[in-house]
Amino acid sequence: MSWRSKQGTDLLRSHGWHVQRNQTILLVGARIIDPSTGLDEKTDILVERGKISQIGEIDRDELKEHVVVDLRGKILSPGFQDMHAHFGQPGREDRETLTSGICAAAAGGYTGVSITPDTDPYIDNAGIVKWIEDKTSGSPVLVQPVAAVNRDDEGRRLTDVDDIYHAGVRVFSDTGRPPATPEIMRRALEYMKLHDLTISTRNQEPSLAAGGIVREGPVSTRLGQKPWPSIAESMGVAKTLLLALHTSGKVHLEAISSAETLDLIRWARERGVKVTCDATPHHLALTDEACETFDGNYKTSPPLGTENDRTALIAAISDGTIDAVASDHIPLTGEECLVEYSTVPDGVVGLETTFGVMAKVLGGGKPDWNTLINLMAISPREILDLSPAPIQQGALADLTIIDPDAMWSVDPERFFSKGRNTAFNGWKLPAKTLGIINRGWFLLAPDARMLLK
Amino acid sequence: MALKSPHLLGLRDIPVEDITAILDSAVAFKEILNRPIPKVPTLRHVTVVNAFFENSTRTRISFELAEKRLSADVVNFSASASSVKKGETLIDTIRNLEAMKIDLVVMRHPLPGAHILLTKHCDSKVINAGDGAHEHPTQALLDMMTLREVYGDFNKLRVTLVGDISHSRVALSNIYGLLAMGAKVAVCGPPTLIPRDIESLGVKVYSDLDEAIAKSDVLNVLRIQMERQDSGLFPSIREYHQTFGVTSERLESANKKLTILHPGPINRGLELDADVADGPHSVILQQVTNGVAVRMAILYLIAGGDEL
Repeated sequence: MSWRSKQGTDLLRSHGWHVQRNQTILLVGARIIDPSTGLDEKTDILVERGKISQIGEIDRDELKEHVVVDLRGKILSPGFQDMHAHFGQPGREDRETLTSGICAAAAGGYTGVSITPDTDPYIDNAGIVKWIEDKTSGSPVLVQPVAAVNRDDEGRRLTDVDDIYHAGVRVFSDTGRPPATPEIMRRALEYMKLHDLTISTRNQEPSLAAGGIVREGPVSTRLGQKPWPSIAESMGVAKTLLLALHTSGKVHLEAISSAETLDLIRWARERGVKVTCDATPHHLALTDEACETFDGNYKTSPPLGTENDRTALIAAISDGTIDAVASDHIPLTGEECLVEYSTVPDGVVGLETTFGVMAKVLGGGKPDWNTLINLMAISPREILDLSPAPIQQGALADLTIIDPDAMWSVDPERFFSKGRNTAFNGWKLPAKTLGIINRGWFLLAPDARMLLK
Repeated sequence: MALKSPHLLGLRDIPVEDITAILDSAVAFKEILNRPIPKVPTLRHVTVVNAFFENSTRTRISFELAEKRLSADVVNFSASASSVKKGETLIDTIRNLEAMKIDLVVMRHPLPGAHILLTKHCDSKVINAGDGAHEHPTQALLDMMTLREVYGDFNKLRVTLVGDISHSRVALSNIYGLLAMGAKVAVCGPPTLIPRDIESLGVKVYSDLDEAIAKSDVLNVLRIQMERQDSGLFPSIREYHQTFGVTSERLESANKKLTILHPGPINRGLELDADVADGPHSVILQQVTNGVAVRMAILYLIAGGDEL
């Protein structure tokens, strides 16, 4: 098992990262939080040959050659898992490559990333799934393709679901290729039951969304921008939920942004609909007021909501309506952003800022770490039907190192991502990730190297 | 004398002093227009590009005349004849023009905020001649100049904008400018052509034109685009004229003196009847004349405001 792309390790090292494989690592004094097992205590962990070999008091005299990492004051979490990141490869390597995306994910504390199928060609057959697996094999971040629901841009014909399933895919998405009619969505939900698969959707009501640029409200009125009404999202979600109720199919709703959509999700859950959902840090941290600048870095999909929407999203995290946080990482080139606001493609990068922004947004900079780790590490794995990564003796070491007290400023020039289109340029964030341990790799950020003893 | 704002992008963020300075200067420039030789050498060192990425006859000619009356060198550029269709970006297009040594860009663009992009990435001074449904500040300033000639000031003047507010840059700039100068502003039109949250701007909404007429001193009647009926925004031209057409019958039954503005071009018999457009209370042609004077004032003040 080796990460083919030596570019990746070179890229990390050129940014000053500590990059090692198959070391024996003694992690000392961290607060270890794993909401999946209820673990929350300060102790030591020994990682040997990619596995957690011991937790608790560890007798150092017994150990052979090893590195010690002083994690007093730090947190160890199960590795973060992103719900949906858009990598440009294949087809749009100018936006992101698998290598740059993997490094960005690692820098953001992720040990796994689900990537969306809207590449060129689309991820809509088993061959491409295998190509991506091959390209990323042995990398420190597990890249898990989400496949397209439909094989055609018109959204009329299903992909070869069974074939793609046997290539290892568990989630299918309609990103970029929404099903043409509710009837086709119904058949897709029914067909996925073949293997109990999930459809991940951000389907909007197209006639209501058509051409909308800024969320309909006082801001869109002030700016003369074509309004995007939140009912475009809620009506799309209502249709999806009714179809899921009718078919007993499994749906995941991406990037929820409107208050009334959350009420629909609660309504559906009371009726037993198998629905999960996520929200993005930009919808949780920003509002449509940001669009007043005509700065394309605030052109998100869906458009940023009102303050009312934002507070409803925060409340929905507290009450558990929102299951997970997704970066919805969409890298764009500089040229794509240097055009008129309404012609800038939708989307912002997020892998390298999501954790820090969430730490700022939840609990006013003093988040409940169990909640945040659940949103970023535990719940995504459940929704994506991935094997859990518990912090237990004998389990694979799949860990994210967190500094809960590190104030830092977002500087897009320091991103690994090729995309500089962040909505958080210059933001001061109250916490950050320092590195990951996953699949035998140990990656540690430059400012954490002093923790190595 | 110069403005506090380096560019004229819109009336929302411009200081009131700048609006007053433009309106005051425009009076002096209107006097120049009435001279036997209506031309001054003020901007003979200045090169202006009229960059029109969307069709316009009236605004472009008004700007061009204003520029020529001030002795500026003028280049016209319109999207259909340009390289824009070859995929060049707006910034590249303007930077190329700048490389030929220009000072000032007057731009009409179909997308809101295009001018703000220019000011961030180009060096020229920028005057907004209309950006999508966002702002059209020179139109609003010429409307205000005309109203000041009729009423002296804006204090408590009740102005109602009638028609398609949703798709109108004239409406937004009028609202921002008139409110800043102390007028009371209302809008009137079918609910489908009025933004849902328009009241958040501080304007009243009338759904009944007769009520609007009764409670206004001025009607600024906006042009209705025929295509809007195809997207279901109003049922028919006939019904629009019956419900929101400004007719002499309506004005007579209100039995009051109302000033009628229209930014042109008029759909006679649709939003405005011919006898009203040509009637004693219409100031529509005065608006057009004032358009040249206001644009001369803006060009002069933005270009630096040297002694006349």
